[in-house]
Amino acid sequence: MGNYQWNWGILFEEVYGTGEFYYQWVLNGLGWTVAVALSAWVIALLVGSLIGTLRTLPNKWIAGLATAYVELFRNIPLIVQLFLWFFVLPELLPEAAGMWMKQQMPLPEFFTAMVGLGLFTAARVAEQVRTGILTLPRGQRYAGLALGFTLAQTYRYVLLPMAFRVIIPPLTSEFMNVFKNSAVALAIGLTELTFQMRQITGEYAPANPIEVMSIVSVIYLILAFSVNRLMAWVERKARVPGFISAGGK
Amino acid sequence: MQKTLLLSALAAVSMTGMAQAEALTGTLKKINDTGIITVGHRESSIPFSYLDANQKPVGYAMDLCNQVVAAVKKKLNKPSLVTKLVPVTSQTRIPLMVNGTIDMECGSTTNSKERQKQVAFSSHYFVTAVRMLTKADAGIKSLDDLNGKPVVTTTGTTSDRYIKQNEQGKAIDVKNVYGKDHSESFLMVETGRAAAFVMDDILLAGLIANYSNPKAFAIVGPALSVEPYGIMLRKDDPQFKALVDGTLAGIYKSGQINAIYDKWFLKPIPPKNITINLPMSEKLKEAIKNPSDVGV
Repeated sequence: MGNYQWNWGILFEEVYGTGEFYYQWVLNGLGWTVAVALSAWVIALLVGSLIGTLRTLPNKWIAGLATAYVELFRNIPLIVQLFLWFFVLPELLPEAAGMWMKQQMPLPEFFTAMVGLGLFTAARVAEQVRTGILTLPRGQRYAGLALGFTLAQTYRYVLLPMAFRVIIPPLTSEFMNVFKNSAVALAIGLTELTFQMRQITGEYAPANPIEVMSIVSVIYLILAFSVNRLMAWVERKARVPGFISAGGK
Repeated sequence: MQKTLLLSALAAVSMTGMAQAEALTGTLKKINDTGIITVGHRESSIPFSYLDANQKPVGYAMDLCNQVVAAVKKKLNKPSLVTKLVPVTSQTRIPLMVNGTIDMECGSTTNSKERQKQVAFSSHYFVTAVRMLTKADAGIKSLDDLNGKPVVTTTGTTSDRYIKQNEQGKAIDVKNVYGKDHSESFLMVETGRAAAFVMDDILLAGLIANYSNPKAFAIVGPALSVEPYGIMLRKDDPQFKALVDGTLAGIYKSGQINAIYDKWFLKPIPPKNITINLPMSEKLKEAIKNPSDVGV
């Protein structure tokens, strides 16, 4: 029964009646995927490092608030969070602000996806940062304080530099996840890679969906694997001899 | 002597040829051998093929397909034939048809020349026009009124393609926005993120019928594209296609099609007992009068 007419050149065919080619759609989608993943990763690293550090502070109130952030963003599915940012938030704001979000805000899908994906991933990064700090022997904190460092200086010069080295492997996974999770942004209409795949294989599709799905899969594989290799390189460069075993080789 | 031999040989060949024409081939042979006919259906293509309150696929296309299944049972003389229902989506239907998982697809699939490279289609059973849904008080009457406005469509199609094809020299620039499914695209118009939703008019009519205040929305503007729907079949399988087309032709000729059409488009339908209220279009009447499987 297998009589599928393979056509790997499908991406180089013209989109009927538009003067555009399918590969242009895929490249456009790749561009948005990379843009949203990288910008979300910046947010995730900054917010996640802050929240994760706050969770280890001696002040119960600050640590409690940071914990609340993590539990809130970690326990709601990413796709639901995007819906909340995109559809629910403008309805809750004062009408003028809501209408601005809906009609005037530049690139609403992109910024919503960037913030939504960034804050979601931040909760996961925060847990890794916290774990990294807690992994260090308690004596390091005391040693820092005993040397006359303030608490902030102890974090800055003693704890965080070691903690970040410890958590490079799980951060690598999270960095790869940010690329893969960016596919969820199609739910709010961001024209990223998976969106373009669905666009090409969808309702008014050409007849070769399998090739398009395969090519898009390979692009994701290349993206995530590049991140993996990049982080392995960072891990080797940041290694403290004798402290962390040589990873990423 | 030699001539007679040749003649009888020719006769023998043509006899076998005729016998083979009667023997089962392709999909019918597969169905006969396995005792199972597999029907691909959609889960939310109202009112063509969707799940009712009992999660059972129903709809206009399902009614037609059930008659095809009955015709297969009769042709194979197998009343005990098992019907297996497989849900499909716009992304999966062509691969599942080509790899042999489903024997026919009953949904809302446009018969396009591009798709005919992979699959075949029965004669058309519905004709839809791509048009615009707007808020009734938005003051949008034609394509010109869309200039500079956000226009939503569901992933899988581009509205600006249709708009460009219909501009006819006018310079109209719309901002494309996308919903992941039809209800989300509708939500974008409802909440004011988009001025219009470009989609098959039958699907738009279904969305409006389901809304709490149907009068708040209107379907406006010219037909941006006209698309015939057909039952999707495997390619190069003339025996099965003849049976499907024959069944449809019988339904059309007897006038039974009118009752089936009324049941789904003019009367209340499950699960919410809503009436779509879309009388039969001239294009569909034409397609019923002169069945055709020419794609767009």
